[in-house]
Amino acid sequence: MTFKKASLCRHFENEVYKRVQEKKINFPVYLSAGQEYVPSSIAQLVHNKKIKPMLFGQHRGHSIYLSFGGDVTQLIDELLGMKSGCTRGMGGSLSISSKKINMFGHEGLMGSNACMGVGACFSSSKPTIVFLGDASVEEDYVLASLSWAAKKELPILFVVEDNNYAVLTKKEDRRDWKAKDVAKAFKLDSYDTQDNPENIFKILKKNIFKKPIFINVHTKRLYWHAGAGEDEKVFGDRLGKEMKYLGKRAVEIDNKIKNRIKKLWQQRLEKL
Amino acid sequence: MATALRETIKNITFKHLKKFKGQVFGQNLTGVGWVAGTLPELYEKDGVIELPLADVANGGMVTGSALVGRRPFYIIRYQGYNWLNCIFIANYACKSKEIWDKPAPMFIRGLSNEGGLGPVSTSSHISIFYKMPGIKIFSPMSNKEYLKIYKKFMQEDEVFYISEHRKSYENKLEFKNTIKKALDIILMPISVTRFEAEKAKNHLNKLGYRVGIIHLFELKPFVLKKKWINAIKKSKYGVLMTDNDYVDGILRTLAHKINEKTDQTVNVMGLKDKSAGYTVKTSNFPPSALDIINKVRVIISKKRRKKKNG
Ligand SMILES: Cc1ncc(C[n+]2csc(CCOP(=O)(O)OP(=O)(O)O)c2C)c(N)n1
Repeated sequence: MTFKKASLCRHFENEVYKRVQEKKINFPVYLSAGQEYVPSSIAQLVHNKKIKPMLFGQHRGHSIYLSFGGDVTQLIDELLGMKSGCTRGMGGSLSISSKKINMFGHEGLMGSNACMGVGACFSSSKPTIVFLGDASVEEDYVLASLSWAAKKELPILFVVEDNNYAVLTKKEDRRDWKAKDVAKAFKLDSYDTQDNPENIFKILKKNIFKKPIFINVHTKRLYWHAGAGEDEKVFGDRLGKEMKYLGKRAVEIDNKIKNRIKKLWQQRLEKL
Repeated sequence: MATALRETIKNITFKHLKKFKGQVFGQNLTGVGWVAGTLPELYEKDGVIELPLADVANGGMVTGSALVGRRPFYIIRYQGYNWLNCIFIANYACKSKEIWDKPAPMFIRGLSNEGGLGPVSTSSHISIFYKMPGIKIFSPMSNKEYLKIYKKFMQEDEVFYISEHRKSYENKLEFKNTIKKALDIILMPISVTRFEAEKAKNHLNKLGYRVGIIHLFELKPFVLKKKWINAIKKSKYGVLMTDNDYVDGILRTLAHKINEKTDQTVNVMGLKDKSAGYTVKTSNFPPSALDIINKVRVIISKKRRKKKNG
């Protein structure tokens, strides 16, 4: 099931990639291909537990949206600027939102979603997930939000999709600390792991939403920070690894999803 | 006996917490005189939430509370802190309804002072909010005005910024506009300068000038009433606006709007264009009654001279 979600995200992003190159999409897009196992694993876990959390992502949100059950057609429409889009054509790629899956939009100030997520969680006591990048977590207001979440023992999960880059600036050029250590200093339950679904399940299974948790997940972004292109060849991405591990059946499922997404895109493009 | 504005704010807050299950956020609320006596003595279990000293994050956290419909009050104890607190309110809460169809109604109470408290704390700083779309700004100085705005807030789902002034908390009186007769000049004061403008108007009228006054407290959206436009058009020397914020902000913007609608000269007096501090040398006060009187006399005599010469 996690694989299906991840495969959906990957093929969706690959289609977006094509549409950007064809200039069918003419505003900045933020592709999450390569990183999809992070939201997919967490979405699967949350789904198994029959919890529908509030979701606060940032600019790179397609895979969050799709993993948590956002409607595929509505996301295509959103990226095509249509009124039938998940955000009525007002969100584009960066600011997608969905009432159906409790996903709040992002305004583009990196890390602000940590503050909003913590406030929403505090005032509603509802399970909440905040997705951050490894750069956003450096923002002072993100750190203040972690501290408040710990102090108030909120049912919140902070997920850092750690692809090592702030645009193209590497982590080692920006800081000498680990996000996990800082979160721990705030007294959060704090973890650092690879984007292996088994690891993620194991870490979160017992205590998710029972107390505030911080999980930094190492992952790989396949495409440019924004738009369609490749910085350098990335080897050994998670989806490929999982497909190899799961075998022939996974290849079949993957192909099916790929064709479905391709068709959907074509159908929606004809509506333009 | 009429109540002081302080009590009215306290009563509104109490009702908001108890009847509507609202929340009040801010820093150092429970100490330091309970926000100059405007906050009922309640604690977290009642919905009064002490925030950490993390102003930027706090603005975002209150936005989160607003997004889930708690209609929070957010107290910014000195408007100088708006600089940090405004970031996510202006960039998220104010846009949320328009972009994501997800309103974030919140009632921000920004307190201003007169004079110094260090280079940032003093006076009103609403101009930084003013330019952003999706916010409503008010500066009530009386009971009726405050009650009207709170009622409006509860009927809508918008971000409200209430620019308060500590000097108004004792006020028990209501303000009245005077624009009936043909006038020489009309004062249009904002915030705490309304008290001084009233004094100035009375004094000038005693001296034989015909001075009217229009009290401004609904600042954004700014609606110029028809009868105001007519009175301004008929006035001999136009308008003098006064405020407790720097002139190169909201004041000049409003002045321009009035000028566009009336074709009259609109003069402005606010904080001087210099850094304000906590010393005698650096104090930067809003215009006093005397300043206003002098300015009106200068405006009128200048114009008279011009007319005579030209
Ligand atoms: C407050 C703020 N500062 C800087 C930027 C410019 N910016 C946009 S995306 C980005 C990198 C974010 O990196 P990360 O949080 O790791 O997320 P990723 O792009 O890797 O998913 C930066 C610096 C911004 N949008 N907002």
